[in-house]
Amino acid sequence: MELLLDSLFNGVAIGSVLLVAALGLAIVFGLMGVINLAHGELMMLGAYTTYVTQLIFKLPILKPFYNSYIIVSIFLAFIVSGVVGILLEKTIIRKLYGSPLETLLATWGVSLILQQFVRSVPLAYGTGLIISLLIGLFLPTTFPSKIKESINFKYFKFSSWIFAALTGVLTGSVISSSVSKLSRASARNVDVTAPSWMRGQVEIIGTSFPKTRLMIIVITLISVIAITLFLNQSAWGMRIRAVTQNRQMSDCLGISTEKVDIITFGIGSGLAGVAGVAVSLLGSVGPNVGGNYIVGCFMVVVLGGVGNLLGTVLASFGIGIMTDLIGAGRLLSVWPDMPLPLSNTINFFATTSMARVMIFALIVIFLQFKPTGLFPQKGRMVEN
Amino acid sequence: MSSSKIKFDKKIVLSFWIILIALIIAAPTLLPVFRLNLLGRYLSLSIVALGVDLIWGYTGLLSLGQGIFFALGGYCAAMYLQITSSSEFPNNIPEFFALYGVEKLPFFWEPFRSPVFTFFAIWIIPALVAGLIGFLVFRNRIKGVYFSILTQASLLVFFNFFNGQQKLINGTNGLKTDVTQLFGQMVGSESMQRLFFWVTAILVIASWFFAKWVVKGRFGNILIGIRDDEPRVRFTGYNPVIFKTIIFSIAGGLAGISGALYTVQSGIVSPQFMTVPFSIEMVIWVAVGGRGTLLGAILGAVFINYAKSLVSEALPASWMFIQGGLFILVVTALPEGVLGWIQGDGPRNLLQRFGLKRRIETYPSLEVNNKEGNNE
Repeated sequence: MELLLDSLFNGVAIGSVLLVAALGLAIVFGLMGVINLAHGELMMLGAYTTYVTQLIFKLPILKPFYNSYIIVSIFLAFIVSGVVGILLEKTIIRKLYGSPLETLLATWGVSLILQQFVRSVPLAYGTGLIISLLIGLFLPTTFPSKIKESINFKYFKFSSWIFAALTGVLTGSVISSSVSKLSRASARNVDVTAPSWMRGQVEIIGTSFPKTRLMIIVITLISVIAITLFLNQSAWGMRIRAVTQNRQMSDCLGISTEKVDIITFGIGSGLAGVAGVAVSLLGSVGPNVGGNYIVGCFMVVVLGGVGNLLGTVLASFGIGIMTDLIGAGRLLSVWPDMPLPLSNTINFFATTSMARVMIFALIVIFLQFKPTGLFPQKGRMVEN
Repeated sequence: MSSSKIKFDKKIVLSFWIILIALIIAAPTLLPVFRLNLLGRYLSLSIVALGVDLIWGYTGLLSLGQGIFFALGGYCAAMYLQITSSSEFPNNIPEFFALYGVEKLPFFWEPFRSPVFTFFAIWIIPALVAGLIGFLVFRNRIKGVYFSILTQASLLVFFNFFNGQQKLINGTNGLKTDVTQLFGQMVGSESMQRLFFWVTAILVIASWFFAKWVVKGRFGNILIGIRDDEPRVRFTGYNPVIFKTIIFSIAGGLAGISGALYTVQSGIVSPQFMTVPFSIEMVIWVAVGGRGTLLGAILGAVFINYAKSLVSEALPASWMFIQGGLFILVVTALPEGVLGWIQGDGPRNLLQRFGLKRRIETYPSLEVNNKEGNNE
């Protein structure tokens, strides 16, 4: 019983990281049919945001609130990755609509640039850049409609970008002068330390669980609920679902598919940022941190299908629990005296990397029966 | 892809070949050993690029997992070299086995004692693995982005497998070929490297002709048909699965040859050949050179790798930026690649822009080239 609980918890913990990371990818893939290879790097940005927030909260002014930095960083990470995602959509992905393979390559290029960016640009100035992007992209949308419709709107836009750039440089230099750790570029991994209330273990039904893992499960739960509510209850959520089902028809009915694309991509990227916060609690943060999770996310998307968020949820927890079952060789402890060839096989696969091999094989077998995943999108198109 | 290609005069073609062959023969004396070795490696990479061009440029299958087959070819070659030069080690097996307490050659390495078997294994084993993966995926009509990420996942799986198996293939450390013997000579020696360079050059030309032969005629037309409109090919009565599987295993075989040549020239094969970035890089060589042009793949592989080594020597940090920029630039601004641009209307458009060449009068309606046709 205890073993089962342990295994279930570990599986859910692995699965919830996968889920929060794959959620954004799955929504974007469902809507636009593109796989964002820079998704892992957006996660990395989220993880670095946590690190930066942590250091800023160590400043004397914010010191009293230090324990709550992790909550703040979840929102900040969502915004940071979301902004970068929106920029990515506006500049590159929109141009490549209709050619998913090209998008795949272009986003890989973006991921390389982002990786090298955090290596060679001091984080303080990176923060400044993000802030100026945020202002430059969103300030014009807050202008009163009188200005927006005027013929001189482009000048207003231009001046708001200049304002954004100045603010960015200013914040960058303020941060870099006050937090010395952020003022130099470094390719070395950094560590996020959890606030004191998140350290240690919790006892549930006689088994103890690390609090950080529980926190990640909570983050995932909240993200999934929030996204489900947004998609099913809000007007934009309805539009997103409509465009996912039939883009041309939605376009004809007057839904601005362009806006839907931007919003969805922003939310998907923002979720990657939230996943980054979760990842930063598990280990050290480096330029390659996203790459470790991205292929797992792909597997979730392939296994879950694109029609339904439930597919993503089931696929992540399925993969998580299987990883734990195979990787820790748990069958052996349930059935210690199994025949030798079988136990040898189980031992052979009982490492994390070999568990991945086994799970991939299982997924390929699964795809032989259900090639479009657990919950495929129904349609009458030739292509599907 | 443009259909209009520049036709060259026969004399020009002949003189091009003569110059090329002269350069290949003379290269070992013209270049210092270090540069010659680099050139040889890049040429061997151009063979895997040819394979990528066949599956991506002609058939529209973007594989992000060619590194699997590349590394398999490399491992076959390296294991043969290790086994044949292991006579002074205990149990007549390669040295590294002793480190992990293995006393007998694992059974699947047994056939690699024979040079003939190895010669065939280098390209047949990767081709078979590719055929199997391809068949299982294509059979279910999995394609497009799904195919790409599945190949990437299988790449990672192979990487994990090879990385973790010390007792079978020396895990992370990989297999060294530098100090092994072939024909009584050290593989890492200068004369052997010169020989490998010539072998590589010949094989590049041979695989180029082979690829040209593959895409010529009906088979090639069906491949292009699959790329442009697969359902229509299926409705015409062809089974795309067979054609896709065949071309995917051909690309796998080419990757295997390429990997073996690269291994003997770089002196080691390791799971690093199966990392994700390396396999995506192969795609960018083809994209920059020009997909669907074959020659573009070769030139792209050689020049981009050469640029990479030059830039990395001078400014190590900037290569990632340049490479990332290349990915974005080539898909947004230059989708046909450099060679495709030259063979197409690129130069004429450029000259027209500067008023150096007269505009060709056409009806605008003739230029309907629906790029969104492959909307999925």
